[in-house]
Amino acid sequence: MITFAEMFKIAVLALYRNKMRSMLTTLGIVIGVAAVIAAFAIGAGANKSIDEQIAAFGSNSIIVFPDRAARSLGGTARHLTLDDAAAIEREVSGIEAVAPAINLTATVIYGNANWSTRVVGSNSEYVAVQDWEIAQGTGLHDGHVRQAAKVAVIGQTVAEKMFLGEDTIGKSVRINKVPFTVIGVFAPKGQNLMGSDQDDFVLVPLTTAQKRLVRWQTPDRISMIFIKGVSMDALHYIQHQTEVLLRERHKIRPGEPDDFAVRNITQILEARRKTTMIMSMLLGSIAFISLVVGGIGIMNIMLVSVTERTREIGIRMAVGADAKDIRLQFLLEALILSLVGGVIGIGLGVFAGFSLSSFTQAPPIFTVEAILLAFAFSAMVGIGFGYYPAYKASRLNPIEALKYE
Amino acid sequence: MPLIVLKDIRKSYTMGDGKIEILHGINLSIDKGEFVALMGPSGSGKSTMMNILGCLDKPTAGTYILDGEDTGNLTDSQLARIRNRKIGFVFQSFNLLPKTSALENVELPLIYAGIPNPERRLRAMEALKLVGLHDRMYHEPTQLSGGQQQRVAIARGIVNRAPILMADEPTGNLDSKTTAEIMELFVKLNQELGITIILVTHEPDVATYANRIIYLKDGHIINDVRAQKA
Repeated sequence: MITFAEMFKIAVLALYRNKMRSMLTTLGIVIGVAAVIAAFAIGAGANKSIDEQIAAFGSNSIIVFPDRAARSLGGTARHLTLDDAAAIEREVSGIEAVAPAINLTATVIYGNANWSTRVVGSNSEYVAVQDWEIAQGTGLHDGHVRQAAKVAVIGQTVAEKMFLGEDTIGKSVRINKVPFTVIGVFAPKGQNLMGSDQDDFVLVPLTTAQKRLVRWQTPDRISMIFIKGVSMDALHYIQHQTEVLLRERHKIRPGEPDDFAVRNITQILEARRKTTMIMSMLLGSIAFISLVVGGIGIMNIMLVSVTERTREIGIRMAVGADAKDIRLQFLLEALILSLVGGVIGIGLGVFAGFSLSSFTQAPPIFTVEAILLAFAFSAMVGIGFGYYPAYKASRLNPIEALKYE
Repeated sequence: MPLIVLKDIRKSYTMGDGKIEILHGINLSIDKGEFVALMGPSGSGKSTMMNILGCLDKPTAGTYILDGEDTGNLTDSQLARIRNRKIGFVFQSFNLLPKTSALENVELPLIYAGIPNPERRLRAMEALKLVGLHDRMYHEPTQLSGGQQQRVAIARGIVNRAPILMADEPTGNLDSKTTAEIMELFVKLNQELGITIILVTHEPDVATYANRIIYLKDGHIINDVRAQKA
């Protein structure tokens, strides 16, 4: 009996004799597989970037800030105060930590280097609430805040720009002309969801910022309040309680708009993840359809090929091929076309994934599973759509086939 | 024991409502080493008989015993095996695989017989040498003349050492000079290798190369003549 290796050789030779047609047929599968691979990779990449943004913002995190829009409407807008923060910590349940903060832009000077950056004045909880990690030195202690110590923990970008890799701990920098001692450096986080560099900032004690850097007329005034909930599920509840509490504290009558905003960015990002998922599923199904279309292309060509090669089939049958041999040959031809298409498609898909990812700003992620899946799927397409033409070829009557013109 | 025995072989086709019988009970026996020419006008049933003898078609009724084996009980797959091992075919239109070298064309039956290289290649070369085409082994059919193509087909027919070679109007597409060459090749294969040759033709000149001529008409054998050759 004929061996599988011989059969494979026959199939390859037959495809080789029709190079152009084989190539064009394969193209359908190439495009289908490439589209599937690229769609999955871009989807996975976007998903991961959202995960990273959530991690960067601080998980289970809520932010409270004054709503300028409401204030400009002439309402009795009030600033957020330290007392507001204290009241939230005292009265809202489900909270792990609260960090009131003052935000300002300031120029930091070290030696000849000066760098304009964001300065945050906050308490010792800030690091935990915002999920920062200290790379070198230490973070802020309660003592620093109590004594309004002139110390600073600097972000990675500031450390790189100002110190150019020099040792930073213990060095003195001037922030708006006030000397501060650097006590620590944050581990880098990268860009946030708006695309700005989160590592470009300096953390100082809240009290120091109040007295030395901003000198607001309301001494108690703060820019924002960061809240960390005990869990993701608690966030909605915390958000609601905070809103009720602040309306009460700011004496906002029913019907009047809030003069503050409570935002849960994790929820916003989760919503965006859902959108991304729907998008990548949509892309994936279009890709899937193109793969099916590619498969139909294979079937079409194989059917033409069977008709065109009727005489060849007759000759093979006359010299001793049985129906099974003919079926296997044509099935193998379809399978080889689709598998070659699958391999090229995977290559093209990886390339397309990287090219297209410049639009999504998230690097694509290629998993072994997705690649194996695409490969297995193209094999299935080959067998699925190759079977009927192969069956048809095997059913030919050798006498008729030999007479076919 | 005869190589081929046909007992009351009938073949009929259904056409629309009616049934047309092409062969009306053929009885025939052919011995090993014979060179038989099958003659008759078109519609006489000689092609149908050829197809049955070649195991490409099954009779509607009757018994066909080939080399001691009753072919009536065999499956299509087993018939394919018989064609592979016991019968070589030569056709009027050569029927070589296009874009395929002479050598690869001759190898084809050996591939389906499961004979591996290098034996396969050596046997194909040997067969091509036997038909006088050892210098055209790597040519494709389009690069060969009609006579040369038919030689390749004959080499393909004998490469598996089949005891029977069936030729259906093998010279129908050839000029008279080439016809003579091809017929002499058949005679040589018959005499030197003892291959049984069954030749279908309507040309009396061609039939004279055989040592037995069977005349068919309207599905009956009307004459069976053994030539007395010197």
